[in-house]
Amino acid sequence: MANRTFKIWRGDPKGGSFQSYDTDVSEGMVVLDVLHALQASQTPDLAVRWNCKAGKCGSCSMEINGKPKLACMTRMNSLPADQAVTVQPLKTFPIVRDLVTDVSWNYRQNKRIAPFKPVAPGPDGKRRMYQEDADRPQEFRKCIECFLCQDVCHVLRDREGQDRFVGPRFMIRVAGLEMNPLDAEDRIPELKEHYGSGMCNITRCCTEVCPEHINITDNGIIPLKERVVDRYYDPLLAVGRLLTGKKLRTVAKPER
Amino acid sequence: MDVSEIQTIEHQVLVIGAGGAGLRAAIECSALGLNTGVISKSLLGKAHTVMAEGGMAAALASVSPKDSWKVHFRDTMRGGKFLNVWRMAELHAKHAPARVLELEEWGAVFDRTKDGLISQRNFGGHRHPRLAHTGDRTGLELIRTLQDHGVHQGIDFHMECAALSLLKDGERIAGVAAYWRDTGRFVLFRAPAVILATGGAGKAWKVTSNSWEYTGDGYAMAYDAGAELMDIEFTQFHPTGMVWPPSVRGTLVTEGVRGEGGILRNSEGKRFMFNYVPEKFASETADTEQEAAEWLAGKQGARRPPELLTRDVVARSIKAEVDAGRGSPNGGVFLDIASQRPADFIKRKLPSMYHQFKELAEVDITKEPMQVGPTLHYFMGGVRVEAESQMTRVPGLFACGEAGAGMHGANRLGGNSLSDLIVFGKLAGTGAKKYLDGLKSTPRADDEQVKAAFRVATAPLQRDSGENPYVVHEELTKTMGQCVGIVRSKKELERGIEELQVLKKRIKSVKADGASQYNPGWHEALSLESLLVTSEAVALAAHMREESRGAHTRIDFENERPEWLKYNIVITKGPDGQPRVEKVERKPPPDYLKQIAEANIDDLEAGKVGAGAPED
Repeated sequence: MANRTFKIWRGDPKGGSFQSYDTDVSEGMVVLDVLHALQASQTPDLAVRWNCKAGKCGSCSMEINGKPKLACMTRMNSLPADQAVTVQPLKTFPIVRDLVTDVSWNYRQNKRIAPFKPVAPGPDGKRRMYQEDADRPQEFRKCIECFLCQDVCHVLRDREGQDRFVGPRFMIRVAGLEMNPLDAEDRIPELKEHYGSGMCNITRCCTEVCPEHINITDNGIIPLKERVVDRYYDPLLAVGRLLTGKKLRTVAKPER
Repeated sequence: MDVSEIQTIEHQVLVIGAGGAGLRAAIECSALGLNTGVISKSLLGKAHTVMAEGGMAAALASVSPKDSWKVHFRDTMRGGKFLNVWRMAELHAKHAPARVLELEEWGAVFDRTKDGLISQRNFGGHRHPRLAHTGDRTGLELIRTLQDHGVHQGIDFHMECAALSLLKDGERIAGVAAYWRDTGRFVLFRAPAVILATGGAGKAWKVTSNSWEYTGDGYAMAYDAGAELMDIEFTQFHPTGMVWPPSVRGTLVTEGVRGEGGILRNSEGKRFMFNYVPEKFASETADTEQEAAEWLAGKQGARRPPELLTRDVVARSIKAEVDAGRGSPNGGVFLDIASQRPADFIKRKLPSMYHQFKELAEVDITKEPMQVGPTLHYFMGGVRVEAESQMTRVPGLFACGEAGAGMHGANRLGGNSLSDLIVFGKLAGTGAKKYLDGLKSTPRADDEQVKAAFRVATAPLQRDSGENPYVVHEELTKTMGQCVGIVRSKKELERGIEELQVLKKRIKSVKADGASQYNPGWHEALSLESLLVTSEAVALAAHMREESRGAHTRIDFENERPEWLKYNIVITKGPDGQPRVEKVERKPPPDYLKQIAEANIDDLEAGKVGAGAPED
């Protein structure tokens, strides 16, 4: 049992400040345990979003000592013992109250992505996919929508960027569809025209913060960018288009 | 308060809860052309379904061609100690395969067999490998699939919106009074059909796998509105929750660990489950460690290891070992897969367990055993519904998933929950459509009900002083843990019921500090009422049922008593506002179901029994 100091951002859209709290911390505790202990004993109205407390739902995303983390998976013994612990809300999204931010923008991006379109079943009425083909989409489908990758994305930190890029979370959501052999939808035009695949400059910050250890950049975003390049900018294909006189059309999809 | 000034939203159907059952119900309603809304206390995709790990049970027969709905039905009835509503267990076993394949059509990516079909894994109480799964994060796959499909179906999702009470017009449902968590503002939903998909009430216990949302809101709202609570004494303690560190005590460890070969040992290193095989399951369970190992290796004719007995049996056995002084250092037993499977296999089939233990307990499950113990996990009982339509006795009020009762009887088999959600979620949707088609006039709640709901909700914020709601909740969990735990007795239940009466008075004077915007203290205060209604119902029903059956264990009434198989315990709100507890006689099953459930397994699989059963 040790006494520790927490500096927690308290406030609302109008403004706020860090406030200090002292509390006892025992073996095995994570940051979310401390926040719950503070609610029960010192400040019952401290706003925190959480659900599963086991790293599976992605609700308790916040910045702990300046780093985007899940509070339920950040053990106290992983933080320097001789310093106060600072806890603040995600920076990229508007404040609701205290540690809770308005992440509804992400849900609007999700809705823009065309739904899964199943391929026709085989002659026996069954759809087959082999495990080695399932592995890739399954990596992306591990995503728990904590939005930590969205929080650190350089493009999205800038408000204007949010109009032009869906962010790493939804790039891998598209990757999970595009690389699924049972999905018949052509997703390349949307990637280029609507989701802003060209905006990502591959700094890999998103991959670093992913609590599910999804290789967002190398396995998801880069292959998607390559598919866009192959479709639109491949010089051989361009020559082919000149010779045949056929124009490669991109179909614009309205926001759903 | 002027009701006309309160934000009002109209739907034909309002679904409360956005877990698997709520989402599946909403998708069905929308597909049937109904104007559908969903409210959820959390953000979309965060409901407790996301925590489900092992898989969803459906007799797809893609791994074991001998599997069929009949064997699944038989397993479910045996697991439920024959107290299940026969028709619900039948519908579930018949519909589950189609519902799982439908998920694949909506984009779910399940693990595959060598032949490229949906892979299925073994689980407790299931005769065949039957659980369609995605590693050990099947719940996430289910909820994300329904979420991503659902957002394109024209459903209105109202996130972080919590229901306060159901509104009625005479006998009929007319809507829901609710509030937005972020602003604290009230909102009135007018809807002639309401589907409860509110899950259970694990938060009445201290050691639970459930999150903060599981406070029995649906049970309490339905009870207040005149519906019946049934089988509520059957609360499932999952055998394997984490026991260390203290802050994660209760967090679920999937049954998939045992399904993939994990074994249980006590502090003496003994594989103790061999000592606890119930007579009824003895002929289908391995006698020796060698036979269990042969079964794991896929040898024909070898019988299942005793670690895969039903959850009630395994949970009680673990408790018995710990009580006898043969527990692990932190009060559990050892769950060991490291000695049974290679590290890369464990990481591939159980990635989130690997991750969870590594991060939270600093234990590498590919090298050392886990410490596990029972944790309150699931309510078999709930709101009594009609099997085909999922409608309660209140016209226009439906319940599905964990909120509903009947499907699982006295004990639920692992994997039967996720399939329950999608089977009965869909049926609740078709039930609502049928009800609305027959509705002659639109019910409308009067202003007084609306005002009363909001007045009660505001009270904790307006008191000048009062108790801390967190403290009262903590005491409730102590009472339930001590008096209404995994092993129960008349004396302790009576003490528990007494303590609950005191708590019922205390919750009337809790005080929430601060304002109404995103205020967890206030939300905690509001959830106490539902927790208390549910806790009292569990204690009263447990007190009445003088036998041990499935998840309900009475130390003073050991073993199943045949006379009790004739009854469900049903709780309603009496005219005096107090709970009325009654024994209600069960309907006898059709002959074909009885024959299948009681059949010798070899006869059933050879088609000697149940051949004439309807396949609808």
